[in-house]
Amino acid sequence: MLFRGLSFRVETGRALSLEGANGSGKTSLLRMLAGFLAPAEGAIRFGDVADGEERGKFVGWLGHHDAVKAQMSVRENLDFFAQLYASEAGDTLDALGLARLAELPGQYLSAGQKKRVALARLKLTKRPLWLMDEPLASLDAAGKKIAADLVAAHCAGGGIAVVATHEPLGIDCDRLVLA
Amino acid sequence: MSALLLRDIRLAARAGGSAMLALAFFASVATLVPLGVGPDLALLARIAGGVLWIAAVLAALLALDRLFQADFEDGSLDMIALSPLSLESVAAAKIAAHWLTTGLPLALLSPLLAVLFGVKTIAALFVSLLVGTPAVSAIGAVGAGLTMSIRRGGLILPLIVLPLLAPAVIFGAGAAVGSAGALPLLGAFSFAACVLSPFATAAAVRLNLGS
Repeated sequence: MLFRGLSFRVETGRALSLEGANGSGKTSLLRMLAGFLAPAEGAIRFGDVADGEERGKFVGWLGHHDAVKAQMSVRENLDFFAQLYASEAGDTLDALGLARLAELPGQYLSAGQKKRVALARLKLTKRPLWLMDEPLASLDAAGKKIAADLVAAHCAGGGIAVVATHEPLGIDCDRLVLA
Repeated sequence: MSALLLRDIRLAARAGGSAMLALAFFASVATLVPLGVGPDLALLARIAGGVLWIAAVLAALLALDRLFQADFEDGSLDMIALSPLSLESVAAAKIAAHWLTTGLPLALLSPLLAVLFGVKTIAALFVSLLVGTPAVSAIGAVGAGLTMSIRRGGLILPLIVLPLLAPAVIFGAGAAVGSAGALPLLGAFSFAACVLSPFATAAAVRLNLGS
């Protein structure tokens, strides 16, 4: 069993930094919160919603992989998910510093630029619960500042962010350390 | 759903991949068989339905292993699964995209290849592939969903899918030479596969996302 006696609550408008060594279960916990994995015992609730698939409808997901298609431009990558989530890319490209890269195919992006695209995609989902797996990985100092500001703005707007990370988020947040 | 359909068609076209690869494979096999069998046109015409149907099924399978695997590996599938689109709709869109980029082009190419075999029922062959190849995409999608998390799952996929496609090949080969009753049976099989497959495929994908 990966977790035993694990219990925590994240209040609306707060971010939770999920910390721990490699293999401590950060990603597995995020996948449980998203509804991909079901806990063997106990329950996970988002408000009154406990069912995994139903809960998934509130989740904005930023996984370990960046989900950027090499054959599609940055704009096409974002537009596809905007359509899928019935949202609009709007000013997301500008906000993430991606405007000049908009027409560049994904295959020419650096790891940090792909992470910015992933952050932009998360923003346009307009979901209240953000689950983020290592969002600061590959980002330079400016990118980390943008990511931190994005999470802070999301929480200030009444959202919740649960962030698995190895480094400080740089914002006011709660912490949960997995042993 | 249309967004996913259009994206998959766009990716298939841009990767330069699946559609052209399947067509090239289909044409290669269909060209090699007359060279191997010899110039006996009567014999070629008699085996044409079966040979072209088997070649089409194998060609369609070439692109199937990446149907979900590409999105699974780069993390897109997690995002797609959390979108308002149900996994059944996702499966249906991917099946449709696979057929439009593989099955349909194979059917369109078949009259040209039928000439090599001296086939007289060219229209029947074309219609049989047009009606039957959706079943290949639909049943193949179930296998693709099951094997998407397995490295080199493309090797296992045909072992899962080919036995299930036996009815399509039997009815399809019969319909291609104008056998009475083969086309309605092929149509019924294809229809049933297309209706049921999205549910089975979604279950397979769900299983892998939770693994």
